[in-house]
Amino acid sequence: MTDHFAGAKTYPVPPTTEQRTILGKRATRLEDPPLVSGRGRYAGDINFPRQLHMRMVRSSMANGTIKSVNVAEALKVPGVVAIWTHEDIKELGPVDFRADRGAEILKPYRQPVLAKGRARYVGDPIAAVFAEDPYVAEDAADLVEVEMEELPVVIDSWATPGEFEPGRSTEGALLKHSFGDIEAAFKKAHTIVELDLFTGRHSGVPMETRGALGYYDATKDILELHGAAKVPHRNRETLVKMLGRAPKGLHVHESHVGGGFGIRGELYPEDVLVLVAAMRLGRPIKWIEDRREHLMCANQGREQRHKCRIAADENGRVLGIDDEIFHDQGAYVRTHGANVANRTLCMMTGGYDIPAYRGIAHYRLTNKTPCATYRAPGRYESTFVRERLMDALADKMGLDRIELRRRNLITKAQMPYLIEFEEQGVEELLYDSGDYELLLDKGLKAFRWKEREAECAARRAKGEAVGIGIAFFVEESGRGPSDGAKMSVDVNGDVELITGGASLGQGFETSMAQIAAEALGVDYQKITVVHGQTDRIAQGIGAHAARATVLTGGAVNETALKLRAKALEFGAELLQLPVGDLDIVDGVIVKKGAPPGGPSLSLGDLAKKLAPGAKLLNGRDPHLAVEAWFNTDHTVFPYGIHFAQVRVDRQTGQTVCENFLIAYDIGRAVNPMMVEGQLVGGCVQGLGGALYEEFAYSESGEPLAVTFVDYLLPTMREAPQIDVMITEDAPSPMNPLGIKGAGEGGINGVGGAIASAIDDALGKAGAVVQLPVTPQRMKAMLA
Amino acid sequence: MKPAAFLYHAPRTLEAALTLLAEVAPQDGRILAGGQSLVPAMAFRLARPTHLVDINGVAGLDRLAIDGNVLSVGATVRHAAFHKADPAFGVLGALLADVVHNIAHYPIRTRGTMCGSLAHADPASEWCLTAITLGAEMVAKTAKGARRIPAADYFQGIMSTALEPDELLAEVRLPLLANGTKHGFYEFNRRAGDFAIGMALVTYRVENGKIADAHVGIGGIEGSPRRVPEAEAALNGQAPGKVAFEAAGKATAAVVDPIEDTQTPASYRRDLAATVVSRALERAAA
Amino acid sequence: MTDTVAITLNINGEDHRVSVEPRRTLADTIRDDCGKTGTHIGCEHGVCGSCTIILDGEPVRSCLMFAVQADGRKLRTVEGLAKGNQLHPIQQAFIDNHGLQCGFCTPGFLMLATSVLEKEPDIADADLLDALSSNLCRCTGYQNIIKAVRQAAIEMRGAGK
Repeated sequence: MTDHFAGAKTYPVPPTTEQRTILGKRATRLEDPPLVSGRGRYAGDINFPRQLHMRMVRSSMANGTIKSVNVAEALKVPGVVAIWTHEDIKELGPVDFRADRGAEILKPYRQPVLAKGRARYVGDPIAAVFAEDPYVAEDAADLVEVEMEELPVVIDSWATPGEFEPGRSTEGALLKHSFGDIEAAFKKAHTIVELDLFTGRHSGVPMETRGALGYYDATKDILELHGAAKVPHRNRETLVKMLGRAPKGLHVHESHVGGGFGIRGELYPEDVLVLVAAMRLGRPIKWIEDRREHLMCANQGREQRHKCRIAADENGRVLGIDDEIFHDQGAYVRTHGANVANRTLCMMTGGYDIPAYRGIAHYRLTNKTPCATYRAPGRYESTFVRERLMDALADKMGLDRIELRRRNLITKAQMPYLIEFEEQGVEELLYDSGDYELLLDKGLKAFRWKEREAECAARRAKGEAVGIGIAFFVEESGRGPSDGAKMSVDVNGDVELITGGASLGQGFETSMAQIAAEALGVDYQKITVVHGQTDRIAQGIGAHAARATVLTGGAVNETALKLRAKALEFGAELLQLPVGDLDIVDGVIVKKGAPPGGPSLSLGDLAKKLAPGAKLLNGRDPHLAVEAWFNTDHTVFPYGIHFAQVRVDRQTGQTVCENFLIAYDIGRAVNPMMVEGQLVGGCVQGLGGALYEEFAYSESGEPLAVTFVDYLLPTMREAPQIDVMITEDAPSPMNPLGIKGAGEGGINGVGGAIASAIDDALGKAGAVVQLPVTPQRMKAMLA
Repeated sequence: MKPAAFLYHAPRTLEAALTLLAEVAPQDGRILAGGQSLVPAMAFRLARPTHLVDINGVAGLDRLAIDGNVLSVGATVRHAAFHKADPAFGVLGALLADVVHNIAHYPIRTRGTMCGSLAHADPASEWCLTAITLGAEMVAKTAKGARRIPAADYFQGIMSTALEPDELLAEVRLPLLANGTKHGFYEFNRRAGDFAIGMALVTYRVENGKIADAHVGIGGIEGSPRRVPEAEAALNGQAPGKVAFEAAGKATAAVVDPIEDTQTPASYRRDLAATVVSRALERAAA
Repeated sequence: MTDTVAITLNINGEDHRVSVEPRRTLADTIRDDCGKTGTHIGCEHGVCGSCTIILDGEPVRSCLMFAVQADGRKLRTVEGLAKGNQLHPIQQAFIDNHGLQCGFCTPGFLMLATSVLEKEPDIADADLLDALSSNLCRCTGYQNIIKAVRQAAIEMRGAGK
């Protein structure tokens, strides 16, 4: 290892699955029994006595001045308790950022909780109705009269910027990431390829819409937000600031969450409103978003234009990538600031060793639904761009697509690989580990690349348009800095593990239980995992950017090891054996290698003996309970390759994905079954973005996909056979378990691989310049 | 997305249903059959009927039977009734079974009705295309009487029909098909189960090795489904095969006046018309 | 607000007497008036299938029916699948095959698959795919759902013999 790791804590290569008891195994999920029995508790399933239902009145205009809001008729509807406009909550600031460098200059673009004199997208909340019944609330919302004066709209991020407000441009920021001498790279280049690429607007669209319940516990003076997700602790910090409450007076509770994908669980105007209303109206407030609202108001993403070029020497070694990005942020800057544009910029060079790079992003506001992170934010986009460039370059140079990639991959010997950007304050990337070429070889073999090439050629000769494609990508996961966990064993031997993580359906409880069970030596099914409750643990990282497994997993591992040490310390005293001779098996402290019936002590019995006041304690803390932390300064970088085979119907323009392979190095898998689930699920989402899903807008800014008839989520019949090859060739040295995240590896390269395969099918490199590749666009391309 | 309020009526007899409809129709009262199109429209509040006359409990409307040379389909016969081809319905049964699997999805087909689809008259409705291609007859009833409307006079544009507000589409009568009639259906949509962007239904007989009595219907391409005489002319008297089928497709594309939307230009649907017609013909021949 | 109508819904063999406005959807009634929140609402326009229940033996979207239309009829929801602590084969198959992640669409898929397999135990795979493509899932990519349903089909056939 080079000195790139200097100062960072690194860990030895962890054991493999075969050497483990439960960690790394295909264990069935702890989450499942209630979920298959109708005993889940999603936001919509939560009710409080005397609750009111909130319904939003939303702008039907993409950009306009609000002249008046007349609520008189609406207030007459029996069952309506209150109707608020911005005037009623004017002391509330806009919804704040969670964190982002450079976000300061974006502050004027934040979204007010209710529109302040102006609405900027169709769906912008203008008023809120509170009523006894959701049907009545909707009746009343229909009667609220909003008079607006239309203003010119900005629809395309690459169009001349307009005015966000007098004196403020719709270009919120100009971002730059670069290294090396880009001008020189292009000057000395043997071959240059230029492309103008578009990634379409799509989003996570979880099956559960958003939901929020505000409840005020007057006895304790605690305001509670239920229905939270993803980042409960972070959201609590923001809410505490926005509402001016003491932290102890505001808690956030996560229940079951019907899918997150980056967009659910961010703080939205409605979350703030239910809290304010719960206090002010003195009754619990329930808000359940409907699907139409979801498709015009929840965070969207991905919409970018890239004017990009790539330079290579005569051997096909890439000398530089130069990219000018137009990033469509939508109408406001939401909780992530400029994060997505920045992730696009910083991950552009991917797994290739490229000496010069310049990325410039015009971060622009438009009159469309605001955007933020959606699964693999910035990476789905940048992989599409980079891999398009590689395909086009290979074609222009007459080189095989695979060979070109092979010549440019970062080698194992170069690991850890440091990417430093010239710009002040831009975070460096330190690829922690990887053997990219090994994965390429394994992937090509598993996909039967050579054979498929021949099969496709044969089919093409018979008139079919069929082809294969590839996209290589690097992911990032487990960003720090730190997460903690608490763990205790009760007198029954049941284990409670309290984390600050969040569960969005990804199997968080099971993976944490597996890590804890392995470290402690108990049955994972004996472990109850608590997450997303700000009143149970003071800090928590939540579940975003594939952090949960790495960071919270690290904390859980530390905590379980600490608990094990405590159990063994007392166990040694009670069994009168040295600690080194003891082991914990299935929740019982035993003598290593001793036959059954030897000296033993169950953890439950030990917990009884550690009650407060017990003599055994001898000044030490009671209970079989500990708390521990895991800190890391570095992100880990899993990597993968997507291989796709597609068939294009030249007559209708329809593209069908016939086969897909995800090759992915995860370092160490906590539960391969769940990793595969994450990868396959992500892949079908990616396929949605590549072929089906698009939030289209009319020229006047009217959203055209506000139903499930227009926003095309793939169904079972659109999902191809997806094979997964998980490798563990490059465990991360940055955490003791060697694990890397799985959440985003299924989606990252789909757009790139599908585009690559379509080009091959059509025999036209660089043909695909826009996602999604709809039949209509395909026909235009073929014309 | 909660429907606006309405008054609900659940008559048990056809007479009661028609009397109610006569009363409430002037106040935007509507028939509720399968509800698979009306209820979503109500959820979006695009439809706000003040009264719903639920005919699901009306005795006799679920009749599905052969009357002489036609198949009579009552107003509450569900799509799913056609899932398995009933041998008693002959070639028509097989044709309906072929078409029905393209209508939305399984649980929609357990509720939705053929007559409901015909009354709703979505340009992309498979049953509307079927009715026009086969030359069905609609039986419209009011409290005062009944009339029969030939399919050719029935469709009047996007979601518009010859039905009066107080008329109940009580029955559709589909002519049975002669033994040996070839039939083929082809639908193109982005996802299986979606509304068709374009589709075609064809039938023909083969006499002395030549195509006779060709019916070529297209749906989803124009505001209403219709037959394409030019395509039929291109087929009749020709040997069934690629040449004739492609000629029929071309003839169709040459005469259609396609609908347009933001994502689909007219030229796309025009091309598609040729494709769906020739593919439906290929399926018929297969 | 219009006058309410008194109706009786028989859910999983148990009568629920409730009073509802005619416009109240069956899905809302099952959940909020009868307390069976296992039936989920994902789109309210009949596309996603999360609210699928079994009505007199047929799978239906409960968001596309009004509760008044189900008066006196027999409904089955996800809560009625297990017999006590004994999971139904379809439930066990979803667990065994990792056929769910967030679990939101799961009750809809379970009810859809159950009714299809009960009606047609020997259903052809293409028809099974046709039926299951009725419902949307955003987490799994469907691969494990179809696996789970195939496993359940085998077990249900075995149990029926």
